[in-house]
Amino acid sequence: MLQSLHLDLALPEIILAGGAMALLMLGVATKRERGELVLWLAILILGVAGVFVASGSGTATLFDDSFIVDPFARMLKLLTLTGAAVALLMSADYWRAAGGVKFEFPVLILLASTGMMMMISANDLIALYVGLELQSLSLYVIAAFRRNSARSAEAGLKYFVLGALSSGMLLYGASLIYGFTGSTDFATIAAAVQPSGANIGLIFGLVFLMAGFAFKISAVPFHMWTPDVYEGAPTPVTAFFAAAPKLAAMALTVRVLVTAFPAVTIQWQQIVTFLAIASMALGSFAAIGQTNIKRLMAYSSIGHMGYALVGLAAGSAEGVQGVIIYLAIYLVMTLGTFACILAMRREGRMVEDIDALSGLSRTNPMMAFMLAMLLFSLAGIPPLAGFFAKFYVFLAAIHAGLYALAVIGVLLSVVGAYYYLRIVKIMYFDAPAERFEPMQAPLAAVLGVSGLFILLYFVHPAPLVAFAGVAAKSLF
Amino acid sequence: MSYSWPILSTVTFLPLLGALLIGLLRGQDESAFRNARFIALWTTLITFALSLLLWRDFDPVTPQFQFIELRPWLGPISFHMGVDGISMPFVLLTTFLMPLCILASWLAITARVKEYMIAFLVLETLMIGVFTSLDLVMFYLFFEGGLIPMFLIIGIWGGQRRVYASFKFFLFTLAGSLLMLLAIMAIYWEAGTTDIPVLLTHGFPAKMQTWLWFAFLASFAVKLPMWPVHTWLPDAHVEAPTAGSVILAGILLKMGGYGFLRFSIPMFPLASAEFAPLIFALSVVAIVYTSLVALAQEDVKKLIAYSSVAHMGFVTIGVFTLTMQGLQGGIFQMLSHGIVSAALFLCVGVIYDRMHTREIAAFGGLADRMPVYAFCFMVFTLANVGLPGTSGFVGEFLSLTGAFRINTWVAFLATTGIILSAAYALWLYRRIIFGRLEKASLKFITDLTWREVVVMTPLVALTIFFGFYPGPILDASAASVDALIKNFHASLAAAEQARLAFMP
Repeated sequence: MLQSLHLDLALPEIILAGGAMALLMLGVATKRERGELVLWLAILILGVAGVFVASGSGTATLFDDSFIVDPFARMLKLLTLTGAAVALLMSADYWRAAGGVKFEFPVLILLASTGMMMMISANDLIALYVGLELQSLSLYVIAAFRRNSARSAEAGLKYFVLGALSSGMLLYGASLIYGFTGSTDFATIAAAVQPSGANIGLIFGLVFLMAGFAFKISAVPFHMWTPDVYEGAPTPVTAFFAAAPKLAAMALTVRVLVTAFPAVTIQWQQIVTFLAIASMALGSFAAIGQTNIKRLMAYSSIGHMGYALVGLAAGSAEGVQGVIIYLAIYLVMTLGTFACILAMRREGRMVEDIDALSGLSRTNPMMAFMLAMLLFSLAGIPPLAGFFAKFYVFLAAIHAGLYALAVIGVLLSVVGAYYYLRIVKIMYFDAPAERFEPMQAPLAAVLGVSGLFILLYFVHPAPLVAFAGVAAKSLF
Repeated sequence: MSYSWPILSTVTFLPLLGALLIGLLRGQDESAFRNARFIALWTTLITFALSLLLWRDFDPVTPQFQFIELRPWLGPISFHMGVDGISMPFVLLTTFLMPLCILASWLAITARVKEYMIAFLVLETLMIGVFTSLDLVMFYLFFEGGLIPMFLIIGIWGGQRRVYASFKFFLFTLAGSLLMLLAIMAIYWEAGTTDIPVLLTHGFPAKMQTWLWFAFLASFAVKLPMWPVHTWLPDAHVEAPTAGSVILAGILLKMGGYGFLRFSIPMFPLASAEFAPLIFALSVVAIVYTSLVALAQEDVKKLIAYSSVAHMGFVTIGVFTLTMQGLQGGIFQMLSHGIVSAALFLCVGVIYDRMHTREIAAFGGLADRMPVYAFCFMVFTLANVGLPGTSGFVGEFLSLTGAFRINTWVAFLATTGIILSAAYALWLYRRIIFGRLEKASLKFITDLTWREVVVMTPLVALTIFFGFYPGPILDASAASVDALIKNFHASLAAAEQARLAFMP
């Protein structure tokens, strides 16, 4: 049966994809001189796509139910687009210092964003895989974007090899699920699982599927690529990695588990609980010994994904609401922190040693203050925004009766606080080191906005919580 | 009397405004520092004046919360403020000590003065907020938020081992508080609200009370601190700058005791009754053991820090006797200790600023050259010992009276602590003030400056005033404490009824 295609629902994705292609042609046509223009246009396109995302309402599906647009998708898409746009914005000065903006970079970011949009809206295993691979392939390339740097190339290669492995596992899981339920559509899977409940083949498929997801959100034990890729990739790329793809992959995980497998919640809850505890533990302990700030942020992001998973482990609407709030606040904190990391420049070169920050509170008090607030917020100290993020995920976990998980989680966050405090200590208690170069305007703007958001969030926290509540309800 | 403007929020958030003003100051020169000091002083003075206004209009007859402010904030969690007879004195104590702290750091702090003053003002807002919040989540925000400025105060302006001390302080307190946070979440799901006045009348299931009680204990025991989780305190005290120690001993420690009074006892009466013996045991150990430890200290600040732990033992004993005398004694002891220990740390600060050492052995015979100082120090030492006629006596006496009615052994063992405290305090006094002034370095030491006299005078006056006339504090808290005890016994009786009803 022919049905009219409501392509307007997919307009943001179409804009992104079309924009990426147009920019690619523009870049080729202008013989690589207009890299900077392409970059700004890409930010514009992301913004336009964001406007279209925000203007939608209600829930609707497209392409035979394989593509869904609901409040959850809209909220996560907006966050992801923000992450991508801000990461692009922060990269401009970096590339200029590295010898000119290459137009391929913004184009790849746009393609990755298209993939992420599709992941968030995927309502079918095949659509999911297509979106995921579009995103991943773009990411592999930009991880290795500094071709002449051995470290960057290593990061890209490592990411690619391990990513391909995880995609394989994911596909294997998806095929098992298809085999045991007879469908790739989430709603049909959910209906098929309902009468039989847990069955060993299905659980097998679910486990493989989740292994694939865990790799994408870098949850332990599939986290090994993260520190190396974070360290090796060019810093703006790392900022992008830490912000946008994590959000998209987390959204995907949430949607698949909640909408396709509500009948086996007890089963996946155990897996998510394990992933959460392992990620929080490794994220907290392994970060302590790091001396490179990008590597430290890699472990920190592993830990934070663990906390977000605590909300998912609750398996309830409150839990998903907690996850969304967590991701939103995590995004702001990450972008702000990376704005600082990108501003760590001396004599035209990036420095990545944590010790380079020593005495920053004297040489650049404003940057030190903002970074300190971001770090306290990452540690979850009230009244900063990071506290509210943790508050809502643990609130859901307590309601779901996951007391052990909650107690372990908060105790590990004390361990986590230690390494954030260590950076504050270096900035505030230690003797000043050499000054950094003055911060470029885009970085200062990002840092200022994110710092103020973190600092003043407590004044009016209700809107974000309410939006997240609406988004979460749409999945249940 | 009610005001047309939210006076309680004003008292709470005014210091924040001062901090903002200082933040807007430009430059890092002496004139900017001078302005920062004056802004901080005036802000704290105005805050104190406003809190006196509160005190004047406070109605001590009713156990109800007063000066209520209620605004929607975060769904079921609302912005809810108010004070009653238990929290009102602590608000005053905070606003009273802050100007003294600013004055005490006037010349002692020469580096990064702006940041220092900002940290103190932010800390003041957070401390007052702890005592005025009537919502658990809000309370937690203030309670935990105080860690950030205190961490920076110890870490930036502290002594030799400041990094170690600041980390230990932060992580100990954080670990305890987070367990309380989980308990708050459990309360939210059980009672459907985090509003404190509502929760005070909510009957929690007996089994749940035990868990929640222990979770709250984890936080308050660290903060108070109780033995055996007191080890952060001596480190933090020794390394903190003088004013930091004053705030730490004067107010931060009291948050633990306040927490017991506000939450543990009224919300979890069954668990409080059941585990009161545990508190007694820990408190007695704290009193005897830390007093003995204090005897062996070589560092003045460390000695006073250990004596603080011992004195807080009296607070917990008094509070958990759940008698009128014990509870009022506990509250009084907290306020008295807030004044006396703060004053003792200021006294240490005075000689530290001159000699840059806190070794007891480095001093001796100061009475010759510093008679005014010797007088002040004597008053506070005797108040620390609990001499009748000083505020220290009233609190300890009432706590012990309460304890004696409940358990004579507890009272007996705790009383030995007073003897020990006399031993270490008087010995400390003798070694520093008396004897011959023989050390060459002390030959030219000067007596108190006028600024230091200004700081000391109100403290000496209050110590003696409350020793002779403890009425203001006891009257203010009487109605609230009375209501607390009545509700406590009512819940115990109700639980007993329920138990009997289920008996076969």
